[in-house]
Amino acid sequence: MQSLAASFEWMAWTRPTAIFLLGIVLLLVVMTVLGIRYPAVARKGFLPMATTRGDRLYVGLLGVAVINLAWLGATELTQGWAVAIAAVWLIVVLRWG
Amino acid sequence: MKTTNHRAWLLVLPVVISVAFSAILPLITVINYSVQDIFGPFQRVFVGGEWFRDTLRDSELRGAFFRNLLFSAEVLLLEIPLGVAVALALPAKGWRASLSLVLVALPLLIPWNVVGTIWQIFGRADIGLGGFFLNNTLGLNYNYTNDPFDAWMTVLVMDIWHWTPLVVLLCYAGLRAIPEAYYQAARIDAAKPWAIFRYIQLPRLRGVLLIALLLRFMDSFLIYTEPFVVTGGGPGNATTFLSIYLSKLAVGQFDLGPAAAFSLIYFLIIQIFCFIFYTMILNLGKGPAR
Repeated sequence: MQSLAASFEWMAWTRPTAIFLLGIVLLLVVMTVLGIRYPAVARKGFLPMATTRGDRLYVGLLGVAVINLAWLGATELTQGWAVAIAAVWLIVVLRWG
Repeated sequence: MKTTNHRAWLLVLPVVISVAFSAILPLITVINYSVQDIFGPFQRVFVGGEWFRDTLRDSELRGAFFRNLLFSAEVLLLEIPLGVAVALALPAKGWRASLSLVLVALPLLIPWNVVGTIWQIFGRADIGLGGFFLNNTLGLNYNYTNDPFDAWMTVLVMDIWHWTPLVVLLCYAGLRAIPEAYYQAARIDAAKPWAIFRYIQLPRLRGVLLIALLLRFMDSFLIYTEPFVVTGGGPGNATTFLSIYLSKLAVGQFDLGPAAAFSLIYFLIIQIFCFIFYTMILNLGKGPAR
């Protein structure tokens, strides 16, 4: 175990990025399982094209990144607000996109 | 009910493993770098979103970003119409068609850095054909090493020279795929050449033009080698595009943290544009226009 950790030392891991990446892996696993159990169906929401579950998640996450970066770049306020706005955006896209 | 065999996924495994080593692990490392100040292999400090904040507020980077957008816009506005025009002018069949296709495609075969070197010499006033012609025959004061406008035009013309052939080839293939019956119908209606172009050829080229647009946007937005060789990003910052600025940051100054944050933002921008173009291409056949 020690040597395994040492062999990935060059990747300069930190706890927050590890949690972040683990979250992405989990998301991929969940979407895969969902995809097998309940095959995706494309439907048309407020987005200009018909989307499946995965498309909406992707668009939602792109939006989350943009909202957070815009907040970080344009304001001095705490990042928590951006996270909240991004969460609302993600839910809206997933539900009505 | 369709039977599925998930063991087929095992065949994809080698690709997944090699991509993991060549792309995913490095990308994860970049993500890790972007939240730390890297002093050495084992000396690093967690800084949170600091680099992202700095990057987003960096006026030089914003300059490079808008310069790059302007460059891509100019490239698309000039190369796409020019490519269509050249494709329309090429002969349709016979040995002339083969010969002209080979001639048109020649610039595509030249590696980027060689293209840069060719134009670097071509544009010189003392020994370059182009530079000498502009300065001594036309009497212009052309010097791409210290005039920002000249440097910009040199890089732009170089890109047009290098990549318009790609648009030409795509459009040529698209034009040849139009069934003869459409032209026969147009002849029966005594349609003018412009009408044939506007109502038959252009709509039929929609698919290839979108692909050309996607490829040319990506390439011009990621352009690095040619301006690096010709102008090195100068004079001043006149031709410092995003990737040139990025490599200055990462390789030149070894600021790994800021460079990583910058890369991730760059990556996000590319992702968004790719997704938009990809969705447009996917929905091509479904639109009412066709």
